[in-house]
Amino acid sequence: MQFTINGRLQTVDCDVRTSLLDLLRDHLGLTGTKKGCDQGACGACTVLVDGERINSCLALAVQYQTRSVITIEGIGSARDLHPLQQAFIECDGLQCGYCTPGQICSALGLAGEIKRGVPSACTADLRAGEIEFNSDEIRERLSGNLCRCGAYNGIVQAVQKTFAPTLERAP
Amino acid sequence: MNEFSYERATDPAAAIRLFSKCNGRNPRYLAGGTNLVDLMREDIEQPGTIIDVSGISQAIQRREDGAILLGAGAKNTAVASHRDIRERFPMLTQAIVNGASAQIRNMATVGGNLMQRTRCYYFYDSAARCNKRVRGSGCDALDGFNRIHAILGTSAHCIATHPSDMCVALAALDAIVHIEGPSGPRRLKLTDLHRLPGDTPDVETELAPGELITAVEIPPLPPATRSVYRKVRDRASYAFALVSVAAAVQLNESGDSILAARLALGGVAHRPWRASVAEGVLQGAPATEERFRQAAEAELQLAVGRAHNAFKIDLAKRVVVDTLKELTRRPGDEP
Amino acid sequence: MSVLQKVTEALAKVMPDKGPDPLIETWHIVGQPLSRLDGPLKVSGAARFAAEVPLENLAYASLVLSTIAKGRILRIHSDDARRAIGVITVMTHENAPRMHAPPQMFTYRDSAATSNLPVMQDNRVHWNGEPVALVVAESQEAADYAASLIRVEYEPETAALSFDARKPEAKPPKDILGEPPDITVGGAEDALRRSAFRVDQLYRTPRYNHNAIELHATAAKWGSDGTLTVHDASQALAATRDTIAKSFALEPEKVRVMAPFVGGAFGNKCVWNHTFLCIAAAKLTARAVRIVLTREEVFRITGGRTLSEQRVALGANRDGTLAGLIHTGITGVVSHNAFPEQFTFPARHLYAAEHMLIQQKVVELDMVANTSMRAPGESIGTFALESALDELAIECSLDPIELRRRIEPQKDPTRNIPFSSRNLLEAYRRGAERFGWAQRNPAPGSQRDGAWQIGQGVATAYYPYYRMPGGSARLRITADGRAVVQAAAHEMGMGTATVQVQHAAERLALPVERVSFEYGDTHFPDSPVAGGSNQTVSIVAAVTAAVQELVEKLLRLCGKDSPLAGSRAADVGARDGGLYRLDNPTRGESYRAILQRAGRDYLECTAKAPMPAEMKKYSMQSFGAQFCEVRVNEVSGEIRISRWLGSFDTGRILNPKTAGSQFRGGIIMGIGMALTEESFFDERSGRFVNASLAEYHVPVHLDIPQIEVIWNDIPDPQAPLGLHGIGEIGITGTAAAVANAVYNATGKRIRELPITLDKILTAPPTLRRSVATSATPR
Repeated sequence: MQFTINGRLQTVDCDVRTSLLDLLRDHLGLTGTKKGCDQGACGACTVLVDGERINSCLALAVQYQTRSVITIEGIGSARDLHPLQQAFIECDGLQCGYCTPGQICSALGLAGEIKRGVPSACTADLRAGEIEFNSDEIRERLSGNLCRCGAYNGIVQAVQKTFAPTLERAP
Repeated sequence: MNEFSYERATDPAAAIRLFSKCNGRNPRYLAGGTNLVDLMREDIEQPGTIIDVSGISQAIQRREDGAILLGAGAKNTAVASHRDIRERFPMLTQAIVNGASAQIRNMATVGGNLMQRTRCYYFYDSAARCNKRVRGSGCDALDGFNRIHAILGTSAHCIATHPSDMCVALAALDAIVHIEGPSGPRRLKLTDLHRLPGDTPDVETELAPGELITAVEIPPLPPATRSVYRKVRDRASYAFALVSVAAAVQLNESGDSILAARLALGGVAHRPWRASVAEGVLQGAPATEERFRQAAEAELQLAVGRAHNAFKIDLAKRVVVDTLKELTRRPGDEP
Repeated sequence: MSVLQKVTEALAKVMPDKGPDPLIETWHIVGQPLSRLDGPLKVSGAARFAAEVPLENLAYASLVLSTIAKGRILRIHSDDARRAIGVITVMTHENAPRMHAPPQMFTYRDSAATSNLPVMQDNRVHWNGEPVALVVAESQEAADYAASLIRVEYEPETAALSFDARKPEAKPPKDILGEPPDITVGGAEDALRRSAFRVDQLYRTPRYNHNAIELHATAAKWGSDGTLTVHDASQALAATRDTIAKSFALEPEKVRVMAPFVGGAFGNKCVWNHTFLCIAAAKLTARAVRIVLTREEVFRITGGRTLSEQRVALGANRDGTLAGLIHTGITGVVSHNAFPEQFTFPARHLYAAEHMLIQQKVVELDMVANTSMRAPGESIGTFALESALDELAIECSLDPIELRRRIEPQKDPTRNIPFSSRNLLEAYRRGAERFGWAQRNPAPGSQRDGAWQIGQGVATAYYPYYRMPGGSARLRITADGRAVVQAAAHEMGMGTATVQVQHAAERLALPVERVSFEYGDTHFPDSPVAGGSNQTVSIVAAVTAAVQELVEKLLRLCGKDSPLAGSRAADVGARDGGLYRLDNPTRGESYRAILQRAGRDYLECTAKAPMPAEMKKYSMQSFGAQFCEVRVNEVSGEIRISRWLGSFDTGRILNPKTAGSQFRGGIIMGIGMALTEESFFDERSGRFVNASLAEYHVPVHLDIPQIEVIWNDIPDPQAPLGLHGIGEIGITGTAAAVANAVYNATGKRIRELPITLDKILTAPPTLRRSVATSATPR
């Protein structure tokens, strides 16, 4: 099977049962994408497919052969961090670091959704074209990403700092 | 997960042909995968052939008569974001964005949402007894942990609920399911698609083998109809409904009387529960709290609670009344 | 008395009272909000966790778990599995390599095993979910599928599964982590009967699971020389090595265990069956084998916090002092470990009472071993105690903070020794001011916003100071003026490397950039388990000892040409990357200069932390005050936390940024414990029924508001660097603060966790017992 991961075309010999998550972790050595439940309940496996965030654990890899997959490794490296990654560090939006790549990928997807006007359960006016990048919207939209260490405040602050600096609140 | 063969269908006819060809190897249609892949990993579903229909009919169209046609392959996010739906059927958008997580909504499709299976704990645990998994094996939920279970339309064989939020809104919207199958196309009211458990809780829908949902049609609402979806759950977000209410109300010009009401409940039954008894009480009635209460009482009259879920009966009534109050509030009313 | 106590008692007699750590008032690097040094690795996905280490010729394992709670395995049908594509072998009790049953960790400090049962050595089944077979295959998909083909026949026996049914047989455990299960001071029941104001209630807490997001994982590889390398998601590396060595009859030096990054642990990442089984499978197949538990398996084969039923009875005098304090109760445990869940520990140290009765009992059940989960005991114990105090405050018509002021003890009420540092009332004062407690209306149901009723509640947070014996560290200083500290310590999110670099840099007077901390590998000197909030202070003590030794070595190396010639360790202090005389700050030189003159590339020493004698002489405890505001929906009973403030008294704070996160993390887990979390244990089968993250509800982003945390930052003169550990205290008091706030909002007192909306909807309003009188003002 052929996949486009972080802009690179890769040919992999794998089982039709292999999930996109296991393809990344076990076959391609891209272990930045994490497994926390393997059933779409924790968000640790979040990656971007054609710019949209999905749970890679619920995706059979075979279904994603023609799509462009971006993982945390494609967002920024330890030596060359994306501004959002930098903000996570500065705001201490992480503790053990296990859910972190998923939170970051999810937040990038979130930013795109707000920009495109995709509503959320916290969007008061569904007719409004523009959605405010406020803390309620961020918290609702990131609720599919569990953090058991409880770094939630720092995560929200990091997302706001990166995408809506004028709305940022001090911790 | 068992071994299976994977086929990709490019249109409904091809999907149905593949299904017929693979009959006997337990074929299953796969769309977004958010439910079926999980169930396969849990060994609850063991398809021999997967027919990928995720690429089929993703369009969302507005027909000339004002109806909306949702392609079965349209993603939840696309439906919720669609301008027509946000403006004319806000409760559908609300139901979708209150269901699952953003990631799942980006994967899950209209057709898959209709076909998703229950979240009953015992259905998910293959060491437990479950008539839905193995007909006649018994039901461990009846006397087990049943806080999340059904109170309406249950049977002695199953008290599972249908987990969808979207379907509750669609039920209230009189949605029509477009189906294609080996014996040709047909249409079903969404409220007729899902079955009550009876003594065959393993048979969940009216679909015949090989039939494929291709679209869901939402007829236009009468003018000046207000609608809302209200969901009550344990977490503030990302949890299945304990009780949910989809309501649409058309008031008279002075706003004190109900011309028509549509009401459906989620989290309470084996299918999205169209509250037609309550609708009957509301039809043409004054828009008063007292009447709302009568409607709720009438709808829940036959509800049966078990050890942990009896609270849902009162909760459903409270939320119905409160939702109707919200929908019929006139400017200047005390909130 | 525990081993630890015996040792510290003996030591306390012989060790002279040392003065406080001289660094206790130094604030150059310690106390700075340094960002996590491992942040770049974590945010880029480059930090490797146990399941992510690449191994050559790796095979994958999958488990089959028992579906009965007790009995015998009659037959295992594994032919289909063995024949399945990609399968290497199927391991059952019939062919598993010999493993000795491990000693269990709560009795033996050098063990990390959570149970002393033999692992897959016979046909006995001890709990529903115990591993009975394991498949090794060439891929995870093949292993999982083959495991699903295995059929097991059992002969079930009657299992003890019902807590309520077993309660009449409850008995006191031998000890509770070395402490006595019972303490009696005077006659508390009589005092209660005579009291002017009384509260006497039962409180119940359910089972909980840790649910760290990283799934438990082990990868094992045997070397041809009989050595064993294990990558294990572990919070107890040295003890894991020793446990494995014992089970497989190896010298501990032959075993290397590594875990540089652990994806959350909270007490749950010690040695469970899968670790032994993975190593055994690697032995059986002569392959590197990896096992990653599924989320369901995390529930079934690793234990969580057990359930409890607690009685708290409080009798107050007219002046609001306590005449009697009773805290008793029962927890469910297993016979194969010793973890009674110390819910009565807070009551032993928190408040002054003339008469006290403390008593814990247990009932043994056939279930997976329960274990420590973030502030075991203290978390659920403070729920009961601090809820009851709120009820007493209402009985006495006293503000709950004022009540706590009136029962503040002068010394430890049960140990009768002084506190090393206790500033709980200061934490209350500062917290109340910041939270705006004075504006709160004490009348239940008096605040609302539309359908939302609003209320505020307060509760004491409490967790002991622990420093476990066994901390050690290696310190190397190099001729280019850098320092490396090494210890087999753990990073599960606490910021271990960051704060240890801060400490070592401060003590050596080097810039942070020139100090590194290496950890997560048993090739480094042993550290104790990262538990009991003890790791930071244990390593600080070891590093302090290593620095002392290194200074002596450096001075010996100085020679007569050095400005430091003839100096003794007591004469010098660290400054500007070197050592300088205290009596003449111009005399001294840099580490680099000392080493270069001596022609040395580096100097190294390994030191052990002194025994924790401070814990014997003083009652060392951490405190805090939790302030909570809730909104309760009158229609639906939904509860949302709208504001939170934690005010802590935990000695000195090493790094405000990482500390703030630890406090918040504890509070958030406490909010889950209070409102949404519960592991449903089906007493008919002994199975957990909601064994998934979809149905076990840990808090999500939207459940959590901005959480404010503040601290006194008063150093504890008896503790190394004046520090207390802070990983656990955040969860304590949290559930009670929520319950107390819910009462203030609704007038309903919920005494059973979690406080879900159905309990709100069905609970009748709680009435005060006596309304005629109130406590005398002071």
